[in-house]
Amino acid sequence: MLEFVVPALNLKAILPQLLLALTALTVLLVDVFAGKEGKTSLGSLSLVGVASALIALFMTRGSFESAYAGMLMADGFGFFITLIVCCVAFLTILVSMGYERICPEIKAGEYYCLLLFAAFGMSFMGNAGNLIMIFVALETMSISIYVLAGFKRDSLKSIESALKYFLLGAFASGFLLFGFALVYGASGTLDIVKLGKFFTAHPDTLHHPMVLGGIALMTVGFGFKIAMFPFHMWTPDVYEGAPTVVTGFMATGVKAAAFAALIRVFFVGFGPLQVDWTAIMWLAALLTMTIGNLVAISQSNIKRMLAYSSIAHAGYLLIGFVVGTDLARSGVLFYLLAYAFANIGAFAVISAMGKKNEEYSELSDFSGVGFKYPFLGLMMTVFIFSMAGIPPAAGFMGKFFIFSEAIKSGYIWLAIFGVINSVISLYYYLGVIVRMYFKESEREINIIAPAGTMIAALSIAAFGVLQMGMFPSYIWNLARESVKMIM
Amino acid sequence: MNELGFPIISLVTFFPIFGVLILMFIDKDAKDTLRGTAMAFALIEFIISLPLLFSFQNGTAAMQFVERYTWVKSAGLSYFVGLDGISIWIIILTTFLTPLCVLCSWTYIEKRVKEFMICLLLLETAMLGALVSLDLILFYVFWELMLIPMYLLIGVWGGDNKIYAAVKFFLYTAAGSVFMLLSIFFLYYLNHKTTGVYTFDLLELYKLNIPVSTQFWLCLAFFVSFAIKVPMFPLHTWLPDAHVQAPTAGSVILAGVLLKMGTYGFMRFAIPLFPYASHQFTPVIAVLAVIGIIYGALVAMIQPDMKKLVAYSSVSHLGYVMLGIFAFNMQGVEGGLYQMLNHGISTGALFLIVGMIYERRHTRMIKDFGGIAKVMPIYATFFMIATLSSVAVPGTNGFVGEFMILVGAFRTFPVFAVFATSGAILGALYMLWMYQRVMFQPLDKEENKVLKDLNAREIMTLLPLAILVFVMGFFPGYFLRKMDASCEHFLKTYKKQVAMYEQGLEDTGAARLAAVLEEGKLKSTLLD
Repeated sequence: MLEFVVPALNLKAILPQLLLALTALTVLLVDVFAGKEGKTSLGSLSLVGVASALIALFMTRGSFESAYAGMLMADGFGFFITLIVCCVAFLTILVSMGYERICPEIKAGEYYCLLLFAAFGMSFMGNAGNLIMIFVALETMSISIYVLAGFKRDSLKSIESALKYFLLGAFASGFLLFGFALVYGASGTLDIVKLGKFFTAHPDTLHHPMVLGGIALMTVGFGFKIAMFPFHMWTPDVYEGAPTVVTGFMATGVKAAAFAALIRVFFVGFGPLQVDWTAIMWLAALLTMTIGNLVAISQSNIKRMLAYSSIAHAGYLLIGFVVGTDLARSGVLFYLLAYAFANIGAFAVISAMGKKNEEYSELSDFSGVGFKYPFLGLMMTVFIFSMAGIPPAAGFMGKFFIFSEAIKSGYIWLAIFGVINSVISLYYYLGVIVRMYFKESEREINIIAPAGTMIAALSIAAFGVLQMGMFPSYIWNLARESVKMIM
Repeated sequence: MNELGFPIISLVTFFPIFGVLILMFIDKDAKDTLRGTAMAFALIEFIISLPLLFSFQNGTAAMQFVERYTWVKSAGLSYFVGLDGISIWIIILTTFLTPLCVLCSWTYIEKRVKEFMICLLLLETAMLGALVSLDLILFYVFWELMLIPMYLLIGVWGGDNKIYAAVKFFLYTAAGSVFMLLSIFFLYYLNHKTTGVYTFDLLELYKLNIPVSTQFWLCLAFFVSFAIKVPMFPLHTWLPDAHVQAPTAGSVILAGVLLKMGTYGFMRFAIPLFPYASHQFTPVIAVLAVIGIIYGALVAMIQPDMKKLVAYSSVSHLGYVMLGIFAFNMQGVEGGLYQMLNHGISTGALFLIVGMIYERRHTRMIKDFGGIAKVMPIYATFFMIATLSSVAVPGTNGFVGEFMILVGAFRTFPVFAVFATSGAILGALYMLWMYQRVMFQPLDKEENKVLKDLNAREIMTLLPLAILVFVMGFFPGYFLRKMDASCEHFLKTYKKQVAMYEQGLEDTGAARLAAVLEEGKLKSTLLD
């Protein structure tokens, strides 16, 4: 007879996530019972929830705990991912509150509720200590986002985006799950730490077809979520069709969560196999950034362009992943946060570029915007330069940490390809600046004035980008400590 | 902290940023207030940079006014700034030229004055930062930061083909510098391997002994990056485009300071970090420099556009600077440094002069002018002074620099020096020919007959430069004395290092030979 042990209820380990979930449920209830006036407070309520989760996160920091029988790892690494997720969620909600004017559909309880649940899932992905836990968290996140992507019910593009993301995402989840099953079959455990121990103890199983097949399938599953070549095809269509705020959320939060899970599974679980998967990832990193950058050049829609640029960024992040030292992984964490600020900011500017039920997301719409709307122009410039890796923005520091570590560890060619790619990317990033400042507007564009929350979100993101670029010490030390504390 | 007990370098570097912040809060339609504020900040900036000059210790090659704070401790980044005889004059040149740029843009820039002034002041901070940085990453940050405002200056306020020129400028420079960044990372890694310390401190990295083959590649990355900036033939093609499209102030800053960043980079970074590789590269650089001198002069001669002519003359002049530095003797190096300043002054003045006539006539084509001296005598005088300085007539600053460079070059590579001298003749030819076609000859165009001579503001812009032409021409001693110690130190360490590497190579060569012989002996005994 199986003995069933009820795990001790360790609330401290899941306090931030718990707060996110509770807020999500409260939002739903308020939406139902509060009537019309209550609806306006949904955004603020969610903001308070995320802020309290952030506070709880910092209060419980430093206590490494493996909770719920190893299902959860409330460690430093999980801390940093939750930090990124909370920042992303906070900014997204702020932008959404401003975006309601342009896209009234999102003014609904479900919207904020789904956003919070997605954040909840993302955070658990970073904290998961078990493959099943990763899967459940991933699905919580993904399903919320499938719905969010299709939130503009009357827009064909939005529906197309949701459907595409859902169908392909379901496939990817299937691959991932099948990979987990194969690894379980080979090793008899789903616990990531135990997996690592198992492979160290039984080196003979390392190259068993089931293990290799499992890893390959997992690479496909995670590769889909981080938009790694050749699993990136969905990115531009989904990013273009989804409501712009959601695109920003997707591009940053999902990527951070999936990278977190990828790092934890591969380094902790399959650490002994590092030599084998490094070679594949090396090539994947190179192709991901090169394809992303080359295709981005020829885009005429800024959302599509940023979608390809986000593929390229996945490539840079993979460099850190391939290098794999502690410092390189800290670099990845730093880069993820820097990228999150810049990307959410850039998508926020795009979402501010519109009037009711109309958005201006063609590159040509940005002609002359820099002088017509100086604030938006300035913000976009900061974010674009950060993504291009031009100092003193955060993107430069992110690249600095990753590339310098690559050189230190002997991945000189990867670093060389990385900087060549940075130069290629400059071309299309500069294109945005050229449009905004050097060209006169081609058609009459009248946007409604950005809301206060939008301005606040943009200012916070810009502050984050510049702060991390000029005084990176604090975040960098945080990232380094986080990586040290991974189990 | 430093000699003055006061973070003077940081103040000088970041003071323009205060100006930027103030400008941001001024209404964009209050154009004169904007111009006045920018002017005030640029002038105060110049005044507060003067103590650097007056408290500068002549006799020492050590870094002065040093400030050092930790930036990112674990990565070995620091905020480490200081200056020496190599950088002091370029710093003063930068703070000196910026107010003139504000002044010359007073009426030239009518649209988006606010943004223009912000870019100009931001550019000043970036340039000063790059000149005082002694931490490689700090330097790189400022080096890249320079690109953004300059890019905007060309792209927003430039001529008809501004976008092409701006993007080309940005991509050329950025492409060169990313490889420098990788090279910096590699140095960082090498330093850790030998000393166990992670640092980007330039003075620490100077001490590193880098294997010859590694040095070659690292040096190549630095050289390409700086050579693009100088610009050396054949990497110069962005320069004429950028100059022609840029507004006058942009051209002045570009010629006056930005190009010097390249030559300064060679002296501060590339050569001392990689002495032996620099030694190996010397013939290549010298040949390219001479080609640049002659090619620049020949192409300048046939230009129909005055601004393009001056731009190509820059290629020629910077060729002299490179030739001087790579002669590796006191005359050559000091002459090169001196010529950097001269070029900033004379070419800066020429761009201002061309800009002034363009503002009046909206054309820069030489054929559209003729006989201007009759209607604009003051203008003609300033133009003459700048021209004479540019062609290095004795008594002007240009003569001192060019003479020293040629003396230095003759000592090291006489054949190249002969060719370089021909560049001086060509220089006189194209400058004077342009002057003749624009200023003399019959005044036959109706539009030219009504041209107004310079107003007080324009005279105020050109006068300081004209005075400096003669001061630097007659009293070069004051300027050179501040460079002496640093240049001597630069040469001494270079020569010592090269000798050391050569000795080392010989030693290892001899050791290898001995090993081979030993092995052979072993084999032969075995065979016996």
